[in-house]
Amino acid sequence: MSTHADYRLSQLDELEAESIHIFREAAAEFEKPVLMFSGGKDSITMMRLAEKAFFPARIPFPVLQVDTGFDFPEVLATRDNWVERLGVRLIVASVDEAIKNGIVIDDGKTSRNRLQIGTLLNAIEVEGFTAAFGGGRRDEEKARAKERIYSHRDEFGQWDPKNQRPELWALYNGRLHEGEHMRVFPLSNWTELDIWHYIAREQIEIPSIYFAHRRKVIPRDGMLLSASEAVQPKAGESVEERLVRFRTVGDMTLTGCVESDADSYEKIIAEIAVARVTERGATRGDDRFSEAAMEDRKKEGYF
Amino acid sequence: MTDLIEREADLLRFATAGSVDDGKSTLIGRLLLDSKAIFEDQLEAVEATSQSRGYDYTDLALLTDGLRSEREQGITIDVAYRYFATPRRKFIIADTPGHVQYTRNMVTGASTADLGLVLVDARQGLTEQSRRHAVLLSLLRVPHLVLAVNKMDLVDFDQKLFEKIDAEFTTFASRLNIPDLQVIPISALKGDNVVTRSQQMPWYDGPSLMHHLEHLHIASDRDLRDVRFPVQYVIRPKSDDYHDYRGYAGQVAGGVLKPGDEVMVLPSGMTSTIAGIDVFDQEVPEAFAPMSVVVRLTDDVDVSRGDMICRTKNMPEQTQDLDAMVCWMTTQPLRPRQKLAIKHTTRTARTVVKNVQYRLDVNTLHRDQDASELGLNEIGRVQLRVTQPLLVDSYERNRTTGSFILIDEATGVTVGAGMVNS
Repeated sequence: MSTHADYRLSQLDELEAESIHIFREAAAEFEKPVLMFSGGKDSITMMRLAEKAFFPARIPFPVLQVDTGFDFPEVLATRDNWVERLGVRLIVASVDEAIKNGIVIDDGKTSRNRLQIGTLLNAIEVEGFTAAFGGGRRDEEKARAKERIYSHRDEFGQWDPKNQRPELWALYNGRLHEGEHMRVFPLSNWTELDIWHYIAREQIEIPSIYFAHRRKVIPRDGMLLSASEAVQPKAGESVEERLVRFRTVGDMTLTGCVESDADSYEKIIAEIAVARVTERGATRGDDRFSEAAMEDRKKEGYF
Repeated sequence: MTDLIEREADLLRFATAGSVDDGKSTLIGRLLLDSKAIFEDQLEAVEATSQSRGYDYTDLALLTDGLRSEREQGITIDVAYRYFATPRRKFIIADTPGHVQYTRNMVTGASTADLGLVLVDARQGLTEQSRRHAVLLSLLRVPHLVLAVNKMDLVDFDQKLFEKIDAEFTTFASRLNIPDLQVIPISALKGDNVVTRSQQMPWYDGPSLMHHLEHLHIASDRDLRDVRFPVQYVIRPKSDDYHDYRGYAGQVAGGVLKPGDEVMVLPSGMTSTIAGIDVFDQEVPEAFAPMSVVVRLTDDVDVSRGDMICRTKNMPEQTQDLDAMVCWMTTQPLRPRQKLAIKHTTRTARTVVKNVQYRLDVNTLHRDQDASELGLNEIGRVQLRVTQPLLVDSYERNRTTGSFILIDEATGVTVGAGMVNS
């Protein structure tokens, strides 16, 4: 925390203070909050902020991960380290289980990313969570740019972009009816670059796949997908070894990597600072379906 | 450069306002584009959409209209937040729609803004809407205002025309509470005076818009005199390492807190001394707004969420009767005897509307004393009675301890924004 004689806060300190305020506010007012955790850089930053918000006490809510069945092992390893170090309870909602139990239907065409929606909503309902912290940032996507810090969801988990509550000052309205819940976004005002500056400043442990490494990849639709059991080369495709890193982490079938030699926080920041393509445009197959792909998923309950 | 952003840059939040076709989205698009906050894939998507609609130019407004219904109607219907950074500053833009029916969105965007940016079309001059936007920004106590006179390219960069608009607006603004006003002639479409000074307007000797945004001094806008610390959360670890730890977490709303300061806890009125101020695992020598900290006291006094820590000789008013300007945000009108929930700092209570004293016409500043209720997007002076005492300052003195929201208890929706009168 850098304080100055002229009572200025750096923008990272101000963003941190705002996020901590949001965490404390939601923890104080909601009966049963949970932190949604994908293992990516944003949810890890959230873990760090939650750790700071309640220190020296433990984080007063559990962590929920939606396991697509196609998660990167490096991400699951980081998840486990964080959960163990902070002593928080981890709840895993598995897409495979949800398919087996008939909660979501795998028709062979729907992506795991979409199947996460029903799996997540079921977990929220079964556990009775009234608030779910998400790592969404408004700079990620134009539908997210419209979303409130406290984002109301009806009993079906749906977001109604046309009927959002006005959000004034830092006075968040957490009123809910039976069965409804709130999505809470402490990182709303952070940008991708802010996240990286913060991760570097705090020396935060993130999954190793964010750093440049040699990996077997399959070039497909302008993306480099990681070759694995879930992603096999189709006819005419080849498996190649390249020096790559990931800008986002999600399900292995949809998340591409980029060629890069950035193997340190500093090199990643330098790379992001001059990047000319958004993280989602570069590496997320799920946002390419239509101009309103994210908006449509969010209306259904995606985070 | 990246190091500079991390260490030195601070944050400026600004709200934009303007009429429908005055080029607000174009200006935001240009600020984002010129500060490289727009990526190639986003620009390509906008170019493709512009082309498929048969436009002969790239419509930068498409970058900011994020929702399907907005793109369909070609208008902005809700507040959106945009981000860009320069080596000196990070900027958060609350992009608010200009239509009169969206006054509530403008109030929302302005509530957190350090600066308000009002756009006018040089060909039209000041309109009813430009005046309304200035009134709203003044009412919300946004400390800095910029009037950007846009589309100067369409009036041959006419100095006389600009000076006429400048003089007219300055006269109007003198009736309002606007501590700092800058008027800048620009062309958002062509880029004149947006990031770089325009060659077309050698008669203008002020800063470009970006230069003004980057160099404006904002730290002193915050209240550094009156110590106000609304307690948000009590931290009791109950662990072996921190067996006796008891800290009061919150975000400083005003003043400077230091260890050793004698403080009073309201509403109990108990006094104690600050034993230490923690930010995560470090003790800090002082705390000021908007830092989120944990305050420890030397005595084991009873403090809970909703209480406020202040100095013994400088306290907020403790009252169940509020006299406030309220912006009403829902179709069911605000009426006397109506009961609502009220959230003020970290305290939530119930309130009843005693009366509406007047309705303010935000175009003419006329006070309609005959009004007995407030409709959607209307603003008026209202008296409220609260079930329990709130710890308030006037909004003029402190935007955090002087503001509140009103919530409909049946629907749970935020229906009003209030600012306490002095």
